[in-house]
Amino acid sequence: MNHIGPNQLIYLVEAARWTILLSLIAFAGGSVLGLALALARVSKIGALRLLASGYIQVIQGTPLLIVLFLSYFGLGIMGYKLVPLVAAGLSLTLYAGAFLGEIWRGCIEAVAKTQWEASDCLGLNRFQQYAYVILPQAVRLAIPPTVGFMVQIVKNTSLASVIGFVELARAGQIVNNSTFEPFVIFTCVAAIYFALCYPLSLAARALERKSHAAK
Amino acid sequence: MSYVLDFSFMADKWPAFVAGAWLTIQLTVVSISLGFVVGTVCGLVRVYGHPLLRRLVGFYVEVIRNTPLLVQIFIVYFGLSSLGLKLSAEVSAIIALVVNMGAYTTEIMRAGIQSISRTQMEAADCLGLNRLQTIIHVVLLPAMERVYPALTSQFVLLMLASSITSQISAEELTATANLVQSDTYRSFEVYIVVAVVYLALSALYRFAFWAIGLVLFARRRRLGTALQ
Repeated sequence: MNHIGPNQLIYLVEAARWTILLSLIAFAGGSVLGLALALARVSKIGALRLLASGYIQVIQGTPLLIVLFLSYFGLGIMGYKLVPLVAAGLSLTLYAGAFLGEIWRGCIEAVAKTQWEASDCLGLNRFQQYAYVILPQAVRLAIPPTVGFMVQIVKNTSLASVIGFVELARAGQIVNNSTFEPFVIFTCVAAIYFALCYPLSLAARALERKSHAAK
Repeated sequence: MSYVLDFSFMADKWPAFVAGAWLTIQLTVVSISLGFVVGTVCGLVRVYGHPLLRRLVGFYVEVIRNTPLLVQIFIVYFGLSSLGLKLSAEVSAIIALVVNMGAYTTEIMRAGIQSISRTQMEAADCLGLNRLQTIIHVVLLPAMERVYPALTSQFVLLMLASSITSQISAEELTATANLVQSDTYRSFEVYIVVAVVYLALSALYRFAFWAIGLVLFARRRRLGTALQ
């Protein structure tokens, strides 16, 4: 029987790279989707607003695990077999998009109404209003909660392990299968997640304090 | 596309889904209640406690909030059993969910408790309320009223996160789905059904918490407005 040693730890740390990659994919995809959803939620077109809020309600009302199963096993049986990385990236994108969309909508709505009116008076069209007046201000409000949400993304990548994607949590299970020391191993796994997430949490808190101080 | 959706398996599998949903409700009601108690106590300690205890609670909150629930569940189920503490899947699931819920509730309640002005407690003192009365009526209830929206959305998130306990074969809704789909090979339909059930459950929970809020906060002040 193997014991936990440097090799096992190196294996875990190497697997953490996949956790980071998956988090980056989810964050990138989620940002694009989230921005589209946020803009749709504040759009003048009623149908767009309805569609976006319906999507957000559905995704926020179902577990990520089920979305993951749908995109991996479900699509697989329909004939669209996705590799685990793609299925996990897709599910996390759908998930992150819904939450980021809600966060960013709040930030867009938090920009003072007079900013809209002033830019209207200056003759800016809707696109120019967003690009030059509203979004630059909304982004400043959005940074602290977005960094905070990245912690959720990193933690939720652990669910990709259930469809066999070898990231940190799955690597922990694999190591455990050969060493049978689950307490030590999963504590190490948790410690690595903590090392990834805690700096993000601290950053989010510091940014929040800074933006409160600026007000 | 040649795939045809076929939900006919539901005709004889629906009792399994009902049983799964029922266990999900039981698991989450127990862990939300216990987690809320843990979180409220820890929230009080975090604000008013001994500095050392405050540190300890802070450590607990940070560790739990910065590690995935899946790994926490593994530590409780596989980890503790390897140390000699053998727990059933359901009990392990509840422990992990309570510990997790407690940490998030602590942070939310801390924010609420900190928002109660000191003069409120001085006023309660003057009115002759004892310590327990002050804590319940002057600190906790108004604090909870302020953070109630955040609290309830955290509760709903926990209900959704309870799906993760299927990974240690607690026979709740998601585990039921996994079982049925390996029986029928209708994974797409099965997970759609389960997604709909979860949606219904989150609507149900939101409604229940809204109703509880109406009873608990009789003044029905608009949430989020300042206490005078």
